[in-house]
Amino acid sequence: MSKPKLAIYWAASCGGCDIAILDIEAKILDVAAAFDLALWPCAADFKKKDVEAMPEGSIDLCLFNGGIRSSENLEMAKLLRSRSKVLVAFGSCAHEGGIPGLANQFTHDELFASSYRETPSTDNAAGVLPLTHSAVKEGDLELPVIETTLKTLDQVVDVDYYIPGCPPQPTQIWAVMETIIQGKPLPPKGSVVGAGDKTCCEECPRTRDEKKLRHFRRPFEFFPDPAQCLLDQGIVCMGPATRSGCGGLCVAVGVPCRGCYGPPAGVKDQGAKMVSALASVIDSQDPAEIDAIIAEIADPVGTFTRFSLASSMFKRAGS
Amino acid sequence: MAFEPRIIGFLCNWCSYSGADLAGVSRIQSAPNLRSVRVMCSGRVDPTFILRAFELGADGVLVAGCHPGDCHYAEGNYKTMRRVALLKVLLKANGIDPRRLRVEWISASEGDKFARTVNEMTEELRQLGPLHPAVEPVAVAAD
Repeated sequence: MSKPKLAIYWAASCGGCDIAILDIEAKILDVAAAFDLALWPCAADFKKKDVEAMPEGSIDLCLFNGGIRSSENLEMAKLLRSRSKVLVAFGSCAHEGGIPGLANQFTHDELFASSYRETPSTDNAAGVLPLTHSAVKEGDLELPVIETTLKTLDQVVDVDYYIPGCPPQPTQIWAVMETIIQGKPLPPKGSVVGAGDKTCCEECPRTRDEKKLRHFRRPFEFFPDPAQCLLDQGIVCMGPATRSGCGGLCVAVGVPCRGCYGPPAGVKDQGAKMVSALASVIDSQDPAEIDAIIAEIADPVGTFTRFSLASSMFKRAGS
Repeated sequence: MAFEPRIIGFLCNWCSYSGADLAGVSRIQSAPNLRSVRVMCSGRVDPTFILRAFELGADGVLVAGCHPGDCHYAEGNYKTMRRVALLKVLLKANGIDPRRLRVEWISASEGDKFARTVNEMTEELRQLGPLHPAVEPVAVAAD
């Protein structure tokens, strides 16, 4: 009997999710023993035409990481959706847009001008920009279109499960793979797997006390107490609005949570929830003082929606 | 047809909703552009309610509660104050004019203040224009 087929694909991605899969170390041999690999551009030589030649639904499991930035990403998302029984949005970018989602603050022209002309170390006196179509003496060259908006996987195709994280932690990746390999039942379609149901605070080793914030401070401004909750000390930590599952790795070493595991169960919008949480603990009743305290939060968009801008209600409300 | 702003108003049960009611009973003329949603406290208004209102076609959102110091639940309106202040920063950063979100303290006896607020907001939004020029507001079933 043939083994179930596994596909791993990267769209607009940094490659970290593929490395995280390899970080399950020796257990990758268990994965290789349990599955036939159908596609994994990072690690194997299967081509797009190999996937196109497969019947619909013949890939049992597809782990799709990266956001949908280009027409090629979109095409591959649709192709893999049609060829896969179970399509998983793997990692923060596929789940909620991730860091590439922050590009949605800018127009297509602004992004191109910055990347190809304006950055200080760019040497492009002729102001050349990539084109979707160029005629050169050897023939015609085609490049994918960079779409105006970075989209999440579920904004373009139907997604079965989400594995959050930037990247998902290897222990969690293995937990999900083991469940599948052992044939155990999966939760309902649309669930977040490979993560917990609570918030990052549950996994944080620090002591939490009552919060009364009169100032926000950034980690470099002082030596934070290693035992005390970072938010208690005025450092904006997204822990209260972030799903558990990572083991609280960042907060344990003094780095405030940035929210890469996405919103906790039952929360629609991570950034909006954090606004609500912070508003509750700011210790002031005077409008001018409140404005001054809020002004101490550096980069609100990059703080509240660092990973979730592409999927957040803020962007949909204003678009 | 001329643009008529659509405003969603979250009004607290104890003060602002009663204030709006008083405006009605007193027959004070005011613009019909605000649709009211009664909440027990302005502090109940989650930022997602406001964002959802904008997403579904509201051109402006009003959050109205008891005067500071007079909240029926002691501190709810202070949370509203801080929440709206922070939300406005994020709205602006995301290209939504923060004037579209307004917080007002309207007591149960201030029917005229309610009417004045609705009229002012309607006119300001008429100048600002629709939030979604191309999109028709939709009616949705509960999520």
